[in-house]
Amino acid sequence: MRRKFLARRTKGEVVFDIVNTIIMIVICFMMLYPVWYTLVNSLNDGTDAMLGGIYWWPRVFSLDSYKAVFADSKIFRAFGVSFFRTIIGTVVHVFFTSMVAYGLSKRYLMGRKYFMAMGTVTLFFSGGLIPTFLLYRSLGLLDRFVVYIIPAMFNFYNLLIFQAFFREIPDALEESAKIDGANDFYIFFKIIIPLSKPVLATIALFTGVYHWNDYFAGVIFINNPDLQPIQTFLYRVIAETTSVHMLQNMPAGIRTTSVTSHTIRLATMIVTTAPVICVYPFLQKYFVKGMLLGSIKG
Amino acid sequence: MGVKSTASNNATIFCNSKRFFRKLKEQKYLYMMVIPGIIWMLIFNYIPMYGIIIAFKDYNIISSFFEAPWAGLKHFSDFFKDDWFPIIMKNTVGISLLKLVFGFPLPIIFALFLNEIRNSTFKRTVQTISYLPHFLSWVVLGGIMITWLSESGMINELLVNMGILDKPVAFLGEPKYFWWIATISDIWKGLGWNSIIYLAAISGVDVELYESAIVDGAGRFRRMWSITLPSISGTIAILFILAVSGLLNSNFDQILVLRNSLNASSSEVIDIFVYRMGIQSARFSYATAVGLFKSVIALMLLLLANWVTRKLTGKSLF
Repeated sequence: MRRKFLARRTKGEVVFDIVNTIIMIVICFMMLYPVWYTLVNSLNDGTDAMLGGIYWWPRVFSLDSYKAVFADSKIFRAFGVSFFRTIIGTVVHVFFTSMVAYGLSKRYLMGRKYFMAMGTVTLFFSGGLIPTFLLYRSLGLLDRFVVYIIPAMFNFYNLLIFQAFFREIPDALEESAKIDGANDFYIFFKIIIPLSKPVLATIALFTGVYHWNDYFAGVIFINNPDLQPIQTFLYRVIAETTSVHMLQNMPAGIRTTSVTSHTIRLATMIVTTAPVICVYPFLQKYFVKGMLLGSIKG
Repeated sequence: MGVKSTASNNATIFCNSKRFFRKLKEQKYLYMMVIPGIIWMLIFNYIPMYGIIIAFKDYNIISSFFEAPWAGLKHFSDFFKDDWFPIIMKNTVGISLLKLVFGFPLPIIFALFLNEIRNSTFKRTVQTISYLPHFLSWVVLGGIMITWLSESGMINELLVNMGILDKPVAFLGEPKYFWWIATISDIWKGLGWNSIIYLAAISGVDVELYESAIVDGAGRFRRMWSITLPSISGTIAILFILAVSGLLNSNFDQILVLRNSLNASSSEVIDIFVYRMGIQSARFSYATAVGLFKSVIALMLLLLANWVTRKLTGKSLF
């Protein structure tokens, strides 16, 4: 059927296809170019980059900005915070939220209706920034690493996604384990978790990206510069210095002619982004699925 | 189910409570999974909701939510009288409306046209590339914007070289550009990602509809307009409701990066104001009142959009 229609493409159709393809290529270009621009400028000699005009390729190639980034102990530390936050935060979130979701996915659980209602309210209404801030303060979470982990360990929306997935698993598998005397924890860890890899990967990816990209928590809840994640560090370098001409913010000692604060910023941006860019094409199929799983519920 | 109803037929209160404890024992492991989550929600969702009462109190750092003296609606009337009030309302609604008017239809159009690409490898590649900005943080995107839009940045270089501008303009230093910068960068980040749901909805459309349309001589645009678009109208309606309810939700992460003291008159939005008043100036009660004002309007907008969409299209969120 399809082939026949393809063969009968009119002239108008051909023009449409060509124009459409060009539009798509332009869109791809617009999505990629800003990152490319940042990359080639960060790979250029700092002083030379000040002259501008570097659009496609480094004019005076130099890796000095990257050396400076990796030599700076503050940046290195911030990367460490981000790294641990992402690993620990993601593992804790996926484990905790999926466990609660599994318990709540059992329709016969007493009081389930009330628990679900309680969670649904949180989707539409929240206490807002200030009461949350005051709560963290009185819990002693401010300026502690755990402020990244504990408040982000659970999310009702993700719980719904987990639940939608757990529902698809045939009951027979669990029942036979139950007859053998397995308790719910055993079933969850030994049967459900191994069967749920796609949804676990999806939520892990979303959570991981959230943790890696979040700078808000570092701005609001953290004062200690040693506990800043890389995004917050970058935020302070980028945004808070724009009106004061963004110079002089990088630690002294690495400011030579081949490196400027400008190229260091760009290099930091690239290093910050690199892990995400490297990972995401491979996980694409997971997050597309996850989006759809979520949208059914949402 | 049947067992349960016959059991409760001749149940006394005593029996009921016995049954309750028996069930509790049966389900104890499930409860051990669920209860930590409930406790988490009580602490991290419900205590802050309770904390909203400080919007009606004079809270200071020493007292607790309880002890603070009542202040009635003072903080709300202070907010409405604040010199910033008209400015932040204008900015919040203005930026959000721009994002809604341009940012909402574009992913739909993108999905419609991407769907018309025949080569599936090319289609997948375009999709993958278009998601990329979604995975970059606002700090990095903001950093790129700031670099490009600065007086020595690329945009100025190009515009001056082409003779469009006489001399470089600090785009982020001029309030009049801010709304557009926020809108365009938002669209850029979300275009591909927001199209995922529409693409999925489109892929569910019955192929036979297209085939009979082709037989009837319908062209590409005609098919997009008369088959694809109506087929995904339910998805569009639901996402529209959500978009409208988020009208006062200016993107905090985005605005915080792009704002500076020079563009404050067009970048100060409710969320930023709450942050400045509450966290930076420690006016907790006042900031909470402003935040509550926002949440209540958002909830009302959600209900209103839901109602209007149901009346118009027969489809709604709830």
